Amino acid sequence: MDNTGKRPRVGLFVTCLVDLIRPTVGFAAVKLLEDAGCIVEVPAAQVCCGQPAYNSGDRADARDVARAVIEAFEGFDYVVAPSGSCAGMIRLHYPELFAEDAAMMPRVHHLANRTHELVSFLVDVMGVKFVAARYDGTITYHDSCSGLREMGVKAQPRALLGTVAGLTIKELPGAETCCGFGGTFCVKYPEISNRMVGDKAKDVAGTGADTLLAGDLGCLMNMAGKFTRDGVDVKVRHVAEVLADMAGDVPPIGRAK
Amino acid sequence: MTEARAQILTSIRLALGRGVVDAATQQELRARLNGHRRNLVPARGQVTGRQKVEDFARMVEFSLASIARVRSVDEVPAAVTDYLKQQNLPAEIRMAPDKRLDAIPWGRTPLLKIARGMPDPKDEVGLSGAFAGIAETGTLMLVSGPDTPSTLNFLPETHVVVVRASELVGGYEDAWTKLRAAMPSMPRTVNFITGPSRSGDIEQTLQLGAHGPRRLHVVLIDDDPQAGPA
Amino acid sequence: MSLALHPTSKAFKANARAALKNETLQRAMGHLGFAQKRLEAVGRLPEFEALRDQARDIKNHTLQHLDFYLEHYEEKLRQSGGEVHWCRTPEEARQAILSICRSVGARTITKGKTMVAEEIALNPFLEANGVAPVETDLGEYIIQLRDEPPSHIIAPAIHVTKEQVADTFLEKHAAYGKTKLLSEPREMLEEARGILREKFLGADVGLTGANFLIAETGSSIIVTNEGNGDLTQLLPRVHIVLATPEKMVPTLEDVSTILRLLARSATGQEFSVYTTVSTGPKRPQDIDGPEQYHVVILDNGRTAMLGTAFQDMLRCIRCSACLNHCPVYNAIGGHAYGWVYPGPMGSVLTPGLIGVDQAGALPNASTFCGKCESVCPMKIPLPGMMRHWREREYEQRLSPPAQRWGLAAWAFAAKRPRLYRLLTGLAARVLGLWGRRHGNMHNLPLAGGWTQFRDFPAPEGKTFHQLWSERGQR
Repeated sequence: MDNTGKRPRVGLFVTCLVDLIRPTVGFAAVKLLEDAGCIVEVPAAQVCCGQPAYNSGDRADARDVARAVIEAFEGFDYVVAPSGSCAGMIRLHYPELFAEDAAMMPRVHHLANRTHELVSFLVDVMGVKFVAARYDGTITYHDSCSGLREMGVKAQPRALLGTVAGLTIKELPGAETCCGFGGTFCVKYPEISNRMVGDKAKDVAGTGADTLLAGDLGCLMNMAGKFTRDGVDVKVRHVAEVLADMAGDVPPIGRAK
Repeated sequence: MTEARAQILTSIRLALGRGVVDAATQQELRARLNGHRRNLVPARGQVTGRQKVEDFARMVEFSLASIARVRSVDEVPAAVTDYLKQQNLPAEIRMAPDKRLDAIPWGRTPLLKIARGMPDPKDEVGLSGAFAGIAETGTLMLVSGPDTPSTLNFLPETHVVVVRASELVGGYEDAWTKLRAAMPSMPRTVNFITGPSRSGDIEQTLQLGAHGPRRLHVVLIDDDPQAGPA
Repeated sequence: MSLALHPTSKAFKANARAALKNETLQRAMGHLGFAQKRLEAVGRLPEFEALRDQARDIKNHTLQHLDFYLEHYEEKLRQSGGEVHWCRTPEEARQAILSICRSVGARTITKGKTMVAEEIALNPFLEANGVAPVETDLGEYIIQLRDEPPSHIIAPAIHVTKEQVADTFLEKHAAYGKTKLLSEPREMLEEARGILREKFLGADVGLTGANFLIAETGSSIIVTNEGNGDLTQLLPRVHIVLATPEKMVPTLEDVSTILRLLARSATGQEFSVYTTVSTGPKRPQDIDGPEQYHVVILDNGRTAMLGTAFQDMLRCIRCSACLNHCPVYNAIGGHAYGWVYPGPMGSVLTPGLIGVDQAGALPNASTFCGKCESVCPMKIPLPGMMRHWREREYEQRLSPPAQRWGLAAWAFAAKRPRLYRLLTGLAARVLGLWGRRHGNMHNLPLAGGWTQFRDFPAPEGKTFHQLWSERGQR
C-alpha cells in the first residue's frame, strides 16, 4: 500500500482478553503504533473476534459476532491486534466463515487483507527497526501457535527485543510447542492442558531466564497461572509491554503490585 | 461382489456430482497414465557421471549397508570372500541362478562354496545381482524373475548384492524408465532395498536384522567408462 | 482386544485422565523420537516443500477421478493374473478374506502390518473361524501376544516398555521352549525372529496391507523396515492385499514423488528399507512367489467422504507425522482415542467412520495449535476438519450442555456491546479487587477447569475501553 508522506490510520482491535484482563497491553500497542507513525483509533463497537463460537462449531453466532467486527473496522488503512490468534481469526478464518455469503465476501476480504498482528505489523509493514525501551533482565520467548503458524510471527519480536537496552534473549527449547491453552480446550480437557503447560513451565525454568514473553494473552495467562500455582519464579509479560517500555507500569501477569 | 463394485463406483460418481468420466477426459487420463510424466525430481535424483557413483556409494553407507568397490568383474570373487572373512562368516553362498552373475570368474576363489537356486532356510549368505542402483538414496532395485527369486533378498541373514556402475541411475524415475525399457510388463515383484532390515519397535531402539537380512553388503563394479575414472 | 469391536472414544476424557496417570505408559511414550529425525531428514532435501505441494495435487487429481483409476487398476491387475474383491463393509471384507482362506484350506495366515485389518477386527474373526492369524511386524506381534490394539500407526507397540515385552515373551514363548527372562531389546528381537521364521515358512496365506495401489500397472506397494511384509507375501501360496480405494495413485512416477515424502515424514529415514511393488501372482517361469494374488478393496464409508468437507482426509498416507508432532497425542498415547486411528488424523477420520455421536470428543481434544497440518506431507488441513466435526456436533446438539449454555450466554452478551461493556466492566472491577492481594485467584466460580491446575491472573481493575474513554475525556 502506498502511504508515502501520509500517516496510516490504524484501527486497534483490542481483543476481549486484553480489554478485560490487561488493558496495559492495549496502551502499549497504541504507543508502539503511534511511535511508528500511525494514527490509532479504537472503535467502540468492538467486542470479540468470535473465535470462541467459531472453534466450538457454532458458526451462526460466530458470524453474528464477526459481522459486528467487520462493520466496526471499515474504513481503516489497517487493523492491528496485539494477538496472533485474533488477527489470524480475522485474516484467515473470516473468509472461510463467510464462504457461502457472496454479498459479504468483498467486505470480508477487504478487512482480512488489512489485518495484522501487532509486532509483525510494526516490523514488516511499518519497517520499524528498533524501539526506545529498557528492560534489565534475561527473557525467553514462547511462539504462540496462531501467531507462528498462521501469521508468520517468529523473527519480528526477536528483532525488536534485540534493540531493547539491558535485555538479553535466551532461546526457549520447544518454543514452537503449544502451551496447552487452546481457548476452551484448557477448561474442556484440563488434565491434558495441565500436562502441556507443565512441560512448558519446565522448559521455561530450564532456560534460567527471569522473564517469559509472548504475543498472545491467552497463552500468557495459562503459563502465568501455572507458574504462580507451581512456584516457578519467572515473570510473565506480553511482549508489547516490554517493547513499549511500559513494564514498569504494571506488575507481571498474575503477580501483585 | 459385482454389486459391491457397482455401488462403490456409483457412490464415487454421485459424490463427485457426475456420471462416468466422459470420453474426452478419459482420453486425457489415459494419456497421463501412458505418458510417464515426471513430477519434480530433486537435484539429488538428477545426478550423472562420477557424482552419481559417488552419491550412490555414500548413500549406501548412510543406509547402514556396507560397500566394497572393485574395478572389474574379475575382482568380485575376492571381494566377496574378503567380506565373508571379515564378518566371520563361512565361505558358503547361495547365489541367484542369474546369468549376469555367471560372467563373474568364481573359479578364482575355489574355496568359496556356491549353491545356485532357491534359498534354503539354513543358508547364511545370499548373493544377487541388482537390476539398478539408485544414487538418490543408495537404494538397490531388484526384480523377480526365473533367474532372480525375490526370496533370496530376505531369507539369509547376510545379503550381498552385486551392482555395476553402468546400472546406476540418479532417481527413482530413471529406474522406472530403465525397467520399462528392459521388460514388456511389470515383473511379479520389484524390491527397492535401502540398507539392512531393522526395527525400532522395542522402545525405539534401533535393531538391525528384524526379519530380513541383518547385513547388507554391496559390491560395486566401478567399471563404467561413461562415469569417468574412479 | 479390538477397538474396532469395542470403541471407547466416548470415554475419551476418562481414558486421557487414566493415561496421564499411567506411569508405565508415560515412561514408554518418552521414547517417541521421530519428530527430531523428521526435522533432520527434511533439512537434507531442499525440495521437500515443493514435493508436498505436488503430492497434494497428485492425490487431489486421483480422488477427482477415482472411479476411472479404480477401473483401470482392476483391468491391469486382471491382466497380470490377480483378482479384485470389492467390499462395501467390514463384514464383506472379512467374508471375502475367509472364503479365500477356506478355498485353499488355510490353517494359518501370516500378516504384515495393516491398519485396515484393525479397522475390520480381522484377527478375532479369523480365530473364531479356525484360521490362526500371526502378526509378523515386531510391534504388532508384541501387542498380539498382549491382546492389545496398536497405539501408533507405524510404531504400534510404542506404549509398551521393554520390561513388559520381556514379561510377555517369558509367558508366551514358554510354548516354544524359551524360558529365559530377557533384558535387552536385541535378545528379544532375536527370540521373536526365530519363532516368526517358522511361522513364515509354515503359513498357507500371507496378508498385507497396501501403502499404495498403482492404476498404471495394477500393482500394490508396501513399505516396511523389517522385511516381514516381504516374507509374508513371498513364502505362502496365496497373497491377499487388504486395501481401501483412496490408496490409489495414477503412475509409478506419481508414487515416486509421494514416496520421497513418506519415510522422511514418518521416521526421518531417507527411504524405508523395503519398498516392494507387487503385481499379480508369480509368473509361470518364476521359481518363487505366491500362486494367487487377491486384492480386497474395502470402502467402509470412504467414498461417502468424497465431495464433503472431509474429502481432503482421503489424501492421508498414514505416515504418522501428525501423531508424532501432536502435543496431545504425546501426552496421552494412542489408546485413549478409543478407536483404530489415533492422533490428529484419527480425530478427523474416526468420526467419519464410526459417527460423530461416538467420536465427537476426539476433534474437540485439540488446541488447534496447527503443528499437525504444518508437518503433514499431504498438506491435509487437519485442524480445519476437526472444526468441521465440531460444527456437526453442535448442529446435532451433541456437545455437552454446560458448554452449550456457556457459549449461548457468551454469544448473547457478545452481540450486545453495551451489555458486554457493562458486564466486563463489572467483572474487571470485582475480580481485580478480589485478586488484588496476590495478583491472582486460586479459585473462581464456574472456572474449575482452569483453577484446578492454574491460578487465574487478576485483571488490572478497569477494562481497556473504560480507560480509553476516560483518556479521551481528559
